[in-house]
Amino acid sequence: MMKGDPMSETIEDVSALIVNKLLANPKVPRDINGSSKIVEDLAFDSLAVMNFVMEIEDEMDVSVPLDRLADIRTVDDLATCIVSLKNGG
Amino acid sequence: MSIFDKFRTVEQRLALLTAGGGRNPFDVMIERPVSSTVGIIEGRDTLLFGTNNYLGLSQSQRAIDAAIDAVRARGVGTTGSRIANGTQSVHRQLEQRIASFFGQKHCMVFSTGYQANLGMISTLAGKDDYLILDADSHASIYDASRLGHAQVIRFKHNDPDDLHKRLRRLEGAPGAKLVVVEGIYSMTGNVAPLKEMAAIKRETGATLLVDEAHSFGVLGPTGRGVAEAEAVEADVDFIVGTFSKSLGTVGGYCVSNHDEIDLVRLQCRPYMFTASLPPEVIAATMAALDDMLAQPELRTQLSQNAAQFHAGLKGLGLNVSQQVSPVVAVTLETVEEAIALWNRLLDLGLYVNLSLPPATPDHRPLLRCSVMASHTSAQIARAVEIFAEAGASLS
Repeated sequence: MMKGDPMSETIEDVSALIVNKLLANPKVPRDINGSSKIVEDLAFDSLAVMNFVMEIEDEMDVSVPLDRLADIRTVDDLATCIVSLKNGG
Repeated sequence: MSIFDKFRTVEQRLALLTAGGGRNPFDVMIERPVSSTVGIIEGRDTLLFGTNNYLGLSQSQRAIDAAIDAVRARGVGTTGSRIANGTQSVHRQLEQRIASFFGQKHCMVFSTGYQANLGMISTLAGKDDYLILDADSHASIYDASRLGHAQVIRFKHNDPDDLHKRLRRLEGAPGAKLVVVEGIYSMTGNVAPLKEMAAIKRETGATLLVDEAHSFGVLGPTGRGVAEAEAVEADVDFIVGTFSKSLGTVGGYCVSNHDEIDLVRLQCRPYMFTASLPPEVIAATMAALDDMLAQPELRTQLSQNAAQFHAGLKGLGLNVSQQVSPVVAVTLETVEEAIALWNRLLDLGLYVNLSLPPATPDHRPLLRCSVMASHTSAQIARAVEIFAEAGASLS
């Protein structure tokens, strides 16, 4: 997979990357997956969500506008949003 | 299901704070001020190190006299907004004074500093625009991002490279880009690297707004803030600030050389739909500005006092802000530790601010202290001593 090629990253790839990133934090439960809810299952407050998204933004070289976060519940939702932004949406 | 169900979480958190007989940190009452630096709290003389009254001007005799004269001449209130109910001559005078102080063509005065940020940012950044915020921005800036309709992007706190990266990602995107930073960050006392930010603004063609709420009257050769200190005022499109810190009154302002300011007045809801500043506040503000201009030594004293207090706390081994500014934040590891220390400081006669996550930048609690020009060296030494005594009694 070539980094920077918008068509090369699937939602599954991005979702897996997010899960890995989350698991690097020892406070996050070990049994998370793409359908884990970011606020409820991971006990993130609003600031923690924004800061975590910032880390993913760097990894993916994309900026996620804050208003998009309002619609994001699960890890897969975040992955879908990032892939859509990378494809210009 | 009650409308108050959602408040149960905050109720539980508050109960944890006050468990074991601790005070409610959000309900401290200063029974009366003795001076700018001492207030009566719980019946005792208490050193005030948490009031943001950087130059001590809340007790300025010149401002007090001006407020009394204004009340006698004009009454106590304006009873409405300038757009709907009329501007008074004193509003114009204040705007001219502030614009002239900053060497800018225009000034728009707001009823509070919060409304100045809320109004300017939400109005300037429209639906198709991008609002690019420092991650540690004040609540007024985040609230502005919710009142407006721009797409909001955060960059890492005080990190010009990260700002540059995020602006680069927006290359080619239609819509204006408004970058918002603060001069001195209110929680930590960190100072913005404004020279680097200004260079990025020039390179990318973004618009730059700087909130100098905590740096006005504090930094720069004449007290105009970080933009003046860094000699980048020409690159700043909008400077926002407040009268409620260095000038000791209340109210906010935005100064700019852009002639469109008068059009902003007609679109800016937090300016249009609220009562304007009352005459006595305006008179006191102008008098406090006179005081500030007449006594540049206040700034030198403030800077010396900040250095003494910062060095004193650092000498105790406390984890203090890296940069020396009148905001000196002590970072603690746990909320329990912060609550115990804050209560003990107040028992011993020292008032500072307890700041708890998520209102703090990195999930750790802060004891946020603010230094004044009017603190004496002995008061600062005593405050440091109280920190030492409180720390020792808890360990």
